[in-house]
Amino acid sequence: MHMADALVSPAVAGTMYAVSAAAAAYSVKEIKLEDLDRKVPAMGVMGAFVFAAQMINFTIPGTGSSGHLCGGMLLSAVLGPCAGFLTMIAILAIQCLLFADGGLLALGCNVWNMAFYGCFVGGFLIWRMAAGRKMTKGRITAASVIGCIAGLQLGAFSVTIETLLSGITELPFAVFIGMMQPIHLAIGLVEGLITAAVLVFIYEARPEILYGYAQEDGGSSGRMSRKGTVTALFAAALVIGGVVSLFASGYPDGLEWSMEKVAGTTELFARGNVYQLAERLQGITAVLPDYAFKTSDSAAGTSFSGIVGGIVVLTACFFICVLIKKVKRSK
Amino acid sequence: MSRISDAISELHKLDMEADKPGWLQGIHPLPKLFVTVLFLVITVSFGKYELSGLLKLGIYLIVLFVLGDISVKLLLKRMKVVLALVCLMGIVNPFFDRREMLLLGGFAVTGGMLSAATLMLKGVYAVSASYLLIVTTSVEEICYALRRLHVPKLIVTVLMLVYRYIIVLLKETERMTEAYALRAPGQRGLDYKAWGTFAGQLLLRSMDRAQTVYDSMMLRGYDGEFYLRCKRAAGRGDYLYAAVWSAVLLFVRAGSAG
Repeated sequence: MHMADALVSPAVAGTMYAVSAAAAAYSVKEIKLEDLDRKVPAMGVMGAFVFAAQMINFTIPGTGSSGHLCGGMLLSAVLGPCAGFLTMIAILAIQCLLFADGGLLALGCNVWNMAFYGCFVGGFLIWRMAAGRKMTKGRITAASVIGCIAGLQLGAFSVTIETLLSGITELPFAVFIGMMQPIHLAIGLVEGLITAAVLVFIYEARPEILYGYAQEDGGSSGRMSRKGTVTALFAAALVIGGVVSLFASGYPDGLEWSMEKVAGTTELFARGNVYQLAERLQGITAVLPDYAFKTSDSAAGTSFSGIVGGIVVLTACFFICVLIKKVKRSK
Repeated sequence: MSRISDAISELHKLDMEADKPGWLQGIHPLPKLFVTVLFLVITVSFGKYELSGLLKLGIYLIVLFVLGDISVKLLLKRMKVVLALVCLMGIVNPFFDRREMLLLGGFAVTGGMLSAATLMLKGVYAVSASYLLIVTTSVEEICYALRRLHVPKLIVTVLMLVYRYIIVLLKETERMTEAYALRAPGQRGLDYKAWGTFAGQLLLRSMDRAQTVYDSMMLRGYDGEFYLRCKRAAGRGDYLYAAVWSAVLLFVRAGSAG
């Protein structure tokens, strides 16, 4: 999934450098609260371990092909999300400089696509599903597989968006995404299983190495706090909603395009009292019709609507989670 | 040669190239890093049909490769991986963009062909520029330049440590892989039953090594700071190198835009 320099435009490369730098600055700040002197050599050696372990061919039964372990997920499970993220940056920088695996200019994209999702999404899942509660082999396996799949799916999606925004390929969005997501689903599953096998072995042999294990019966020091996690996710949503939406295409999407071809218009009108009532209701409640201010088509309007949309989704997500928690408790 | 020993030998070769005496190797890392990044930014700033402008930018690579006496053997090897990826992205362009852009002796060149060629050339340029940097500048020097650019100390230190331990752990992985292969003749790769134990053992040994590294660093007076230094301070020649190349690259870009 390493992106080459030729696949990014200066604007996309600069934006991704900025967001990755923000995530790195957050990680440096967070990690300084931990035992840094001891952690730095561990980060260096673990980075070299991931590099070396990615050279091992793990044979996938019945296919004749091989897979590799997921570096971001593994580092998060051992070092924690922030230290894992910084170690992944070092690995990606070395891969790009010494092995031409990914470009120097595309490093910001690669850090975001692989390190951020791998460590923060993967690390977050590990924390919630395994380390956050009682650690078991099943929980570790589930967290590894789900974390790897989620990280790779998000990474592949970002690669598609970044390449398309850079105007590199003539491939339509639907075709590109249709090629990227399924293949990375399979890769994520295999990488998740390999990572799970390694983590389960560690859990059985030396569980204290796993991040969050030692604090199982104590406080939650060293783990990413709920406040920290929510803040990080909120910041990511703001960046994606606010910055990336500026590049949103003005062309009709796949569904609108199909409708235009079939009906000659992108808007379909239905007759009847129920439809009219629904339309009036929508007109009153829609603050940002077509994702912009009612009276403005400006970039600020698009960007603002991206941020508002992100906030609305986060709020809805928060209330759904609270509801699920309450229902679970009542059982 | 296995993939691991291949990687080890490539690292050794790059180290040896960077240590060679030469005028390009002698330039301060900061101007070299600056010019490389500028070259990359200008390369990718060309539009998908601006092949002619992009071609002119090649003077930077030609001059440095020829005058710097840089071997292209390793470069061609590195090029394979990137070109495969870039070709994969560019190969579809001629099918989707069929607008005729120019005629070459009766042969119509479509927009897709032009954009595919531009993309491939960008790939070649980007890999060549990064290669030029790493083959004339050691990782320690790059880390020094990064510190001068105020990249956080923690990130630079981890980068240095990962680089230092890569060869050690690659050799250890190679030994383990060889031992496994000798016990499982005819088998390609690592059987799924051994996934956890094999990589897990390597991880445990790495963690123990990290503890040993930490202890030895403390015994040598490690206080959280890795003191990076450069062989010499940047001089007039280094600033001239950066100024001349910046002017040439910007001139080529401005000329192509006009």
